[in-house]
Amino acid sequence: MGYGFGSVFQRAGEGDYIEFLAPGIIGMSIIFTAVFSGIEVIWDRQFGFLKEMLAAPIPRHSIMIGRTLGGATVATIQGLIVMLISFVLGFHPASWLAVFPAVLVMFLIALLFTSVGTIIGSLLSDMQGFQLIMNFLVMPLFFLSGALFPLEGLPKALSVITKLDPLSYGIDGLRELLLGVGHYGIFIDIAALSAITFFFLMLGGYFFKRIQI
Amino acid sequence: MIEVKNLTKKFGDFTAVDDISFDVKNGEIFAFLGPNGAGKSTTIKMLTTLLSQTSGKIKLNGYDPKTDSDAVRRSFGIVFQDPSLDDELTAWENMEFHGALYDIPKKVRRERIEKLIGFVDLTDRKNSLVKEFSGGMKRRLEIARGLLHHPKIMFLDEPTLGLDPQTRNHMWEYLSGLNKTEGTTVFFTTHYMEEAERIAQRIAIIDHGKIIAIGTADDLKQKTGTSSLEDAFLALTVFYWLWGTVLVLFFKEPARGII
Ligand SMILES: Nc1ncnc2c1ncn2[C@@H]1O[C@H](COP(=O)(O)OP(=O)(O)OP(=O)(O)O)[C@@H](O)[C@H]1O
Ligand SMILES: [Mg+2]
Repeated sequence: MGYGFGSVFQRAGEGDYIEFLAPGIIGMSIIFTAVFSGIEVIWDRQFGFLKEMLAAPIPRHSIMIGRTLGGATVATIQGLIVMLISFVLGFHPASWLAVFPAVLVMFLIALLFTSVGTIIGSLLSDMQGFQLIMNFLVMPLFFLSGALFPLEGLPKALSVITKLDPLSYGIDGLRELLLGVGHYGIFIDIAALSAITFFFLMLGGYFFKRIQI
Repeated sequence: MIEVKNLTKKFGDFTAVDDISFDVKNGEIFAFLGPNGAGKSTTIKMLTTLLSQTSGKIKLNGYDPKTDSDAVRRSFGIVFQDPSLDDELTAWENMEFHGALYDIPKKVRRERIEKLIGFVDLTDRKNSLVKEFSGGMKRRLEIARGLLHHPKIMFLDEPTLGLDPQTRNHMWEYLSGLNKTEGTTVFFTTHYMEEAERIAQRIAIIDHGKIIAIGTADDLKQKTGTSSLEDAFLALTVFYWLWGTVLVLFFKEPARGII
């Protein structure tokens, strides 16, 4: 890393990389599950079941939102499990009360990435492009989100890129809530995350509506 | 009930449905007959909002699938040619899910599911996962599911493909019943001439994306001077193929939709 973990580690002198990493790991488990459940549209299409849904008298955006809420719930539960494990392993949040708003942030992250998965799933008709998407979209989003390094003191270019990565607001929000220290500030984190999530949800609905069989 | 004008669907350069027009009246039973790849399923997909046309107009129950897709989806039921069951659910669960999607009241739903599952002879397998079913059993379940709600228009894309004769007869009886009692319009495709002749009031013969003849079975036989629909079908498609060949070979006409 080499940028120095500076301010984040100044928290009451208990600088501990594991502590710092926990929100990133929670975020990681959420985004992978979320993208996957969004992408399941492709399987439904290949096994034919999607036809049954798309021919039914249910508005397509309802189908899309239903699927997305379901997928996001599963991904949030996944994140919760990882968070519980991190508690068992000795990670203790700055305040236990902050765990509740943290779950909300986790759900927003889940919703955002399930929508991203749905967009991909609606555009691809088979799993061939899947590896490519994982390598060139999901992994970079994860690595550039600050999940593994602090957002302070980054070189200019990297700092701009992390600002453009929606996940960085999610991870920063979790850090803000669970560690009590963050970079953007919790209001910016939640506002940015909500706005981006809303945008991607709409975009997911748009592409889902356009699926042709 | 169904109005189609100059409907065309292209996949890239390939024209799968080429400028077809036809009407299906309310309460009519109408068949699409044509060789593999003729464009039957593609037409049904466009009529049922699953695929958008390249050009042309469709009205279904008075609504345009492009702009009024929700109203169109409330008007029809469909049995697909390709599998569309959820393999990870049981037969019963697939039926229940369909009933919920189509908002059938619980009581009616239970009764009909029980009846239809018995009707396709799957009662003792109703709690088995669909992935454990044989191909024919899956097909039977698809049919039963398609008949669960009673729409204004019923689309059936090669419904009898892979079904045993008994279930086949059963299904047609059930559909004729619906057609008589509820005035359901039925639109189906098949490769079996005798089926089209026996069931349908009017038949359209489609080949290479074009409707090459349309009318009652008697009309079609008369037109071709043949005594069975099978012969009429062969005569029409062979004639059509010859005519296309002639155009291409002698007049250097591009094989648009022909051959
Ligand atoms: N998604 C697609 N992309 C490209 N070509 C397609 C697509 N769907 C169908 N076609 C082509 O359109 C033509 C018509 O296909 P369609 O499925 O409508 O035939 P069909 O009349 O239903 O035949 P069958 O009796 O075999 O079911 C075929 O040549 C097929 O290859
Ligand atoms: Mg077909």
